[in-house]
Amino acid sequence: MNGAHDMGGMHGFGPVDAEADEPVFHAEWEKRVFALTLAAGAMGRWNIDKSRFARENRPPEQYLGSSYYELWLQGLETLLLEGGLVTAEELASGKAAGPLDNELARRVLRAEAVDPAMSRGDAYRMPETAPARFKAGDAVRVANRHPLSHTRAPRYVRGREGVIDRMHGVFVFADENAQGNKIGEHCYSVCFEARELWGPEAAAEDRVFVDLWDSHLEPRL
Amino acid sequence: MAGAPHDHDHDHIHLSETELRVRALETLLLDKGLVDGAALDALIQRYETKVGPRNGAAVVARAWTEPDYKAWLLEDGSAAIADMGFTGRQGENMVVVENTAAVHNLVVCTLCSCYPWPVLGLPPVWYKSAPYRSRAVIDPRGVLREFGTELGEEVAIRVWDSTAELRYLVLPERPAGTEDMSAAELAGLVTRNAMIGVEKVRVPA
Repeated sequence: MNGAHDMGGMHGFGPVDAEADEPVFHAEWEKRVFALTLAAGAMGRWNIDKSRFARENRPPEQYLGSSYYELWLQGLETLLLEGGLVTAEELASGKAAGPLDNELARRVLRAEAVDPAMSRGDAYRMPETAPARFKAGDAVRVANRHPLSHTRAPRYVRGREGVIDRMHGVFVFADENAQGNKIGEHCYSVCFEARELWGPEAAAEDRVFVDLWDSHLEPRL
Repeated sequence: MAGAPHDHDHDHIHLSETELRVRALETLLLDKGLVDGAALDALIQRYETKVGPRNGAAVVARAWTEPDYKAWLLEDGSAAIADMGFTGRQGENMVVVENTAAVHNLVVCTLCSCYPWPVLGLPPVWYKSAPYRSRAVIDPRGVLREFGTELGEEVAIRVWDSTAELRYLVLPERPAGTEDMSAAELAGLVTRNAMIGVEKVRVPA
């Protein structure tokens, strides 16, 4: 979706405000939202791309008016509801309507499982089911598409010409994964000249590299 | 108007509402048995105290002192970083890019907040903020200047937008005058910001 999250190239946000000796979290509630999101994710009712979409699928004024962990909180509530883990009544009342079923109870992330699970991470690589459409050095153009759903092709590269810099291998295709379809596609680092993206005032030698999948790209003949 | 009493009141109420909402949600999820309170504490502790930029600094220092390791790191970042024991969530697939006198790399996630957790920990607020995400790709030299990093026109900038499940770590240039330093001493010089690419590594005067 062409949401407020897709910020590359926007003007008007002002200078970068870096805080010296910044703490990892700025409030107790931020810690709780962070941990609740990771722990609830262990129930397996959503994936990383669904969670990204749950955060970005907001009216622009809401997205831009929320702090980072406020967006995580809003996203978590959305995911819990859509994933059927809580009901709207439970969320409104704060009271559990009934006990957890056994299948879910078995999945609950326990303290002793935290470090092993986090150190293991998630598997995003997939077996190859179709040959790569491109190889390093190939000239490509990013498809000029504007889906209402989640996409990892940012607006500032759509329709732009680049060159395949390196092949990453086959990865879960994020745009489909956000809709619950786990499909593997070749993923590439695509190199764009800064001038192709931003015009002649950009430095001639500067480059921007964006990771894109086969479905995002078209051959440039 | 910034700093006016009304704004303060508004911010205060806003924060309290968020706090109450988080507390209510945590109570509900604990009550349902969906989350385990001890696991929540373990998650917070892990990312507050165990996983942070000291990990990345150890990787950089080893690359600076062991040429074979550096070659491996640039060839297969995931395996070489795993060799140091740094693995897992938001760092499953690592790419390491090297700064030189001619090339300066900068990492961003314009769409959200992708960041290599196992080597750098959780991202700072500025990395997730609209000013950085919007400008790193269109005005990298301006962003770098705000971090006190001035690059000449002869230096090519490479910006890496983390749009897939690859996570990027910048291997900064080893500063001059550090030839006699041990890996541990070198690691002490390497900053988080240098590994994102907004600063260079400097030797304290």
